[in-house]
Amino acid sequence: MADKVLMKGNEAIAEAAIRAGCRHYFGYPITPQTEIAAYMAKRMPKIGGTFLQAESEIAAINMVYGAASAGKRAMTSSSSPGISLKGEGISYMAGSDLPGLIVNVQRGGPGLGGIQPSQSDYFQSTRGGGHGDYHLIVLAPASVQEMADMTVKGFDLADKYRMPVMLLADGTMGQMMEPVSLDLSIAEAPEKPWATTGTKLARTHNIVNSLSLVPEELEKLNNARYAKYEIVKKNEVMYEEYMMDDAEICVVAFGIAARVSKNAVVAARKNGVKVGLIRPITLWPFPTDVVAKAADKAKRFISVELSMGQMIEDVRLAVNGKAPVELCYRVGGMIPTPEQVLDAIENGGAKE
Amino acid sequence: MTKQILISGFGGQGVLFTGKFLAYKGLIEDKHVSWLPSYGPEMRGGTASCSVIISDEPVGSPIVSKPDILVAMNIPSIDRFEDSVVPGGVILYDSSLIDRDVKRSDVSAYGVPATKMASDNGIPTLANMILGGKLLAILGEQGEEGIRAALAKVISAKHADMLDVNLKALQLGANA
Amino acid sequence: MIVFQKPHALTDAPMHYCPGCTHGIVHRLVAEAIDALGIEGKTVGIAPVGCSVMAYNYFACDMIEAAHGRAPAVATGVKRSDPDGLVVFTYQGDGDLASIGMAETVHAAARNENITVIFINNAIYGMTGGQMAPTSLPGQVTQTSPYGRDVKACGYPVRVCEMLATLDGPEYLERVAVNNIKNIKAAGKAIRKAFQNQIDGKGFSLIEVISSCPTNWGMTPQKALEWIDEKMIPYYPLGVYKDRSAAKEENA
Repeated sequence: MADKVLMKGNEAIAEAAIRAGCRHYFGYPITPQTEIAAYMAKRMPKIGGTFLQAESEIAAINMVYGAASAGKRAMTSSSSPGISLKGEGISYMAGSDLPGLIVNVQRGGPGLGGIQPSQSDYFQSTRGGGHGDYHLIVLAPASVQEMADMTVKGFDLADKYRMPVMLLADGTMGQMMEPVSLDLSIAEAPEKPWATTGTKLARTHNIVNSLSLVPEELEKLNNARYAKYEIVKKNEVMYEEYMMDDAEICVVAFGIAARVSKNAVVAARKNGVKVGLIRPITLWPFPTDVVAKAADKAKRFISVELSMGQMIEDVRLAVNGKAPVELCYRVGGMIPTPEQVLDAIENGGAKE
Repeated sequence: MTKQILISGFGGQGVLFTGKFLAYKGLIEDKHVSWLPSYGPEMRGGTASCSVIISDEPVGSPIVSKPDILVAMNIPSIDRFEDSVVPGGVILYDSSLIDRDVKRSDVSAYGVPATKMASDNGIPTLANMILGGKLLAILGEQGEEGIRAALAKVISAKHADMLDVNLKALQLGANA
Repeated sequence: MIVFQKPHALTDAPMHYCPGCTHGIVHRLVAEAIDALGIEGKTVGIAPVGCSVMAYNYFACDMIEAAHGRAPAVATGVKRSDPDGLVVFTYQGDGDLASIGMAETVHAAARNENITVIFINNAIYGMTGGQMAPTSLPGQVTQTSPYGRDVKACGYPVRVCEMLATLDGPEYLERVAVNNIKNIKAAGKAIRKAFQNQIDGKGFSLIEVISSCPTNWGMTPQKALEWIDEKMIPYYPLGVYKDRSAAKEENA
């Protein structure tokens, strides 16, 4: 592992973003993601990039909107309450078909909530988060290496589909250090002929815009965007299956909850329980087909979450009544222990 | 083989640094490692702790809730975490700040007057690394090459002169 | 011989503004400045939410439509993406700039962000049908102040130039009006200067343009222009509120 360094998840995101060609970061301090801003503040001036501490989360996302309009790889990062503020700008980015990366290092809510880890922004992230019909591609890393890998992937997907991408982590993933290889495969950003980089008097003007006052036209735009989403759903679903071959019980968990669940699956297997884990890496698009296929064999599903049960709705939609789906959860900054998940696997029932 | 280590003390005692050192040492020795700090306002003056996992297998949950080894640097830490140590585990504590014995009889307890030793030896800020040295001795992991390499990783270039005193602290701990 | 023509920086799209509205005049002044400075090919404009929401159709340079009040933040993102290559301006009304977007305005000014802000102050929300604006005058009747703006309940109007002039950040702040030929000429000069400042790298320049809204003021266009002289300008005196470069020269 000589090529690996120990890095915090937040730092891995920042470094990976820089390596992916991001030179425009706009943010606002909030725990537990501030290391990203601090890292950018240190590095950007040395590589000719822009770090700007905005006056608010709202301003920060709108600065991303501006830099993305001008064709740059741009990003912002925040934690749950700040992401709510960014909701407006994210909706405008979706409506203007702008690429960009938004990092949410989640903390407990609602309201000001706490600062400890949480996954309770699942609905907000996977359903869009702001007003109107739209989706973000939502990436859920479960290791510091994936924090880096998914950051690069996020920029690629954002540019490929001209849509905002959210990297959905949590306080644990942001704060923990693990070995990470920064030997990342970086695809070149595509040409952006739509960007507002000045006409040079050589073309008619480009307009970045989400306003469309004629209902027939706005409907057409929405339909076209959803046709694009169908392509994303077809091509970009990512997940990990662990010990699923003969699984009669299927645990579904992402991010930190998946890591805890893996310990529980290993422990249960030692006790002779046929249990496996499906870990969605893309939360939108959700690996619906994979879960649906598992439901052909599995007799029971357990959704393990740091929320009151949000992803469980997607699991239930995928299982489609073929098997019971139970919830195993902690909230408020608490994290389920492997023992709690093991108990849910072996003894069943929705338990806190 | 998986070692789950919890290091806890007051913010400013260097518990995160010691944890980072142990994690880097593991990384250099080709182990799977994770390091997870407590975070938030409690870091400023309150209790700080970090979970370190060093394993031959990929690390699952990075949260150490049942440590194999507890390193306690103040009374609140030992009060809070003593019961969580697995039977047969290790409790290593700074006996110059913790003036009570370990209550558990099913663990190996080691009291080292680390803060006093640090002060007596002119390295008052390195009680954490004296305990680190003792921990390595308990684990039988005293290969100097790995220790030096790990220190070089956790001590920034700006403070390179601190390398020798850290080595000294580790040595003091190992002999304690 | 051509004696009068549309500026190159305006498109052929027919404007949607009400009869007697002064937006068209200000659009023209902005376009004339862009033409005169030869910067159309590298200019990016940011349109607001408000009556001028569709300004992106009227200016021939690249255009971006921003969320309500966020134009200075969007402009910051654009400008920072190519500080030497692009000229960036926002075009905002009073609700957009001085109410919902006040934070973005103040902080762009405080940063001395090298952008040009054209601020239309007509003391009313036009697009939504004539509600009270942050700049509506005391006693002014609007749809949401039907008994006249009661300063006890709604507070006082915001004088944007005076307020921003208290900051160390901004380079240039001037208030102009477009209710007669003389004022329009002065406004054109100010707007051109605001763009020139950006080209020269001097920083944040804001031109507040006292404008009319005959439709929502409930006046004829002619009467509205007179009302600017009678009511608006006394409350919002015209003039230069900050010109850092000129001040420096004086001190030198």
